[in-house]
Amino acid sequence: MLQIKKNPVRGVVISGNKNKTLSKLRSQWQLYAMLLIPAAFLLIFSYYPMLGIQLAFKDFNANLGMWGSDWVGFKHFNKFFHSYMFGRVLKNTLTLSIYGLIAGFPLPILFALLLNAMPGRRYKKLVQTVTYLPHFISTVVMVGIIMQILNPTVGLLGIIWQAVTGNAAPNVMGNPTAFSHLYVWSGIWQSLGWSSIVYFAALSGVDTNLYEAAAIDGASRFKQMIHIDLPSILPTAVMLLIMNAGSIMNVGFEKVFLFQNDLNLRTSEIISTYVYKIGLTGQNDFGYATAIGLFNSLVNLILIVIVNTVSSKVSEQSLW
Amino acid sequence: MEKTAAIKNTKEDTIFYTVVFIVVSLIFLVVLYPIVYVISASFSSPAAVSTGKVVLWPVEFSLEGYKAVFANKDVLIGYRNTLFYTVFGTFINVAITMLAAYPLSRGDIVGRRYILFFFTFTMLFNGGMIPSYMVMRDLHLLNTVWAIVLPGAISVYNLMVTRSFIESNIPRELMEATQVDGCSDFRYFFTFILPLSKSVIAVITLFYAVTHWNAYFNALLYLDDRNLFPLQLFLREILINNQVDASTAADQAFVDAKQGLADLLKYSLIIVSTLPIMCVYPFIQKYFVKGVMIGSVKG
Repeated sequence: MLQIKKNPVRGVVISGNKNKTLSKLRSQWQLYAMLLIPAAFLLIFSYYPMLGIQLAFKDFNANLGMWGSDWVGFKHFNKFFHSYMFGRVLKNTLTLSIYGLIAGFPLPILFALLLNAMPGRRYKKLVQTVTYLPHFISTVVMVGIIMQILNPTVGLLGIIWQAVTGNAAPNVMGNPTAFSHLYVWSGIWQSLGWSSIVYFAALSGVDTNLYEAAAIDGASRFKQMIHIDLPSILPTAVMLLIMNAGSIMNVGFEKVFLFQNDLNLRTSEIISTYVYKIGLTGQNDFGYATAIGLFNSLVNLILIVIVNTVSSKVSEQSLW
Repeated sequence: MEKTAAIKNTKEDTIFYTVVFIVVSLIFLVVLYPIVYVISASFSSPAAVSTGKVVLWPVEFSLEGYKAVFANKDVLIGYRNTLFYTVFGTFINVAITMLAAYPLSRGDIVGRRYILFFFTFTMLFNGGMIPSYMVMRDLHLLNTVWAIVLPGAISVYNLMVTRSFIESNIPRELMEATQVDGCSDFRYFFTFILPLSKSVIAVITLFYAVTHWNAYFNALLYLDDRNLFPLQLFLREILINNQVDASTAADQAFVDAKQGLADLLKYSLIIVSTLPIMCVYPFIQKYFVKGVMIGSVKG
């Protein structure tokens, strides 16, 4: 049936029911035109590389190219799962992320609660300004600072150590057991303030009447923190915890790579740095490296999907 | 909250506030100290740095370290390149992000779900390091400026921040009213969306600019030509790999002096490379915070 309808957006439109979407589509062509450039970027730099995943199932031969190389099935995956490096890089990756989550997740919450309860507006502002700052320092610079301070001969630690014990200071950077602590706590130093911002936002939304009512009922400020502040940031915290749990296999390359040296490689080699070394330095084993990288991305994807399903059931929040 | 404290400032509260103050101050000092230490060391003499006399304030004030930094050719090349990558890269980032953000903010765009999925999927899964490298190689982008400014052109996170901002801050009625007057989507975008999005544009500009300034990963993968290296790659050589020419001289005193200067140079270099961010940071802090807030409301 033909309809004549006043369309508030496009004036008078004559359309059949079936063609409604089509005419809307046509009227929105400019929106699609705008999306063209961003979409092209994603196609070239995000989707096109996905075709390269076939390398994980091929023996790459430079002469034959990516498409011409021979299929080898799951050979690279078998090789990886049976190599001694598999257990090592998996364990190191998980150690860093789980340790980082356990230590790094509650601290910003605690920090936000305490700072929020602290009287003194000016000092509070100053503390916020200073604790947000490290977030903007580059990874290279941060690792540089740590190495300089921990330097056994000219660093602060080395000099204090020598003054107190009289012996030469240990080389912390070369100590495999120190690596995970260095990684996690430098991360906390850098992101404690920044991660607390979301919680401040949640706390600033709390109705001040609640505090007054609680005070009249005789609740101390500490009790108010436990019974008013904490519950008000709990939903945010749960949401963030779930999201973080989804990226547990996703340990960033940049900082780990900078912290690595020949002495701590046993605990500091993670999946992404291993992929880099296999694929782009020395042996240039593209197929094998792609397979290891693909294993990591797939586990990531599965984790995120699981976590997001849980999250949308529990808190009705979802990534998509 | 101060009001409640006035109503009832019991002994318990006094203890609580004292504990809070002490803990917060401890955290504050732990975060602040390394920064102060690096600044002070950078203004000290090479001898004071290598013998560990610097504890809090500069010892034997000198600008030797800064002289050494500015005499270093690599640092100057890196600084120039990073400035260029930051300005040019950020421009591309912001332009593309805005182009995508407006259509995605339109609730009535046909196929919205699929388009959104097309964008967010790239956050969840990617081809990985080696396939990306191969693409860059096949497109002949290795060792070009484009290898640095193009691959990360859209941060989907920033895109979502911008989209939420437009959705919740620019009234739909404005669009409907202008469209009745025959305003096209292009014109609406340029004459209304862009000017009204000033604050969110400021936020994402800053986010992108800081990312460019601090990035080294793409450069590590895609660049071999030292003339194109960004500052962070030279910083890595000097700070992490310790590649300062520690001289081949046999004279021990001379070697010591050189080593002292090499360490001092690191401190000064840290300051010089972080200075642009440190300088603007106090003024733009509220924008960053705003960005995190918008992002957290709807992610």
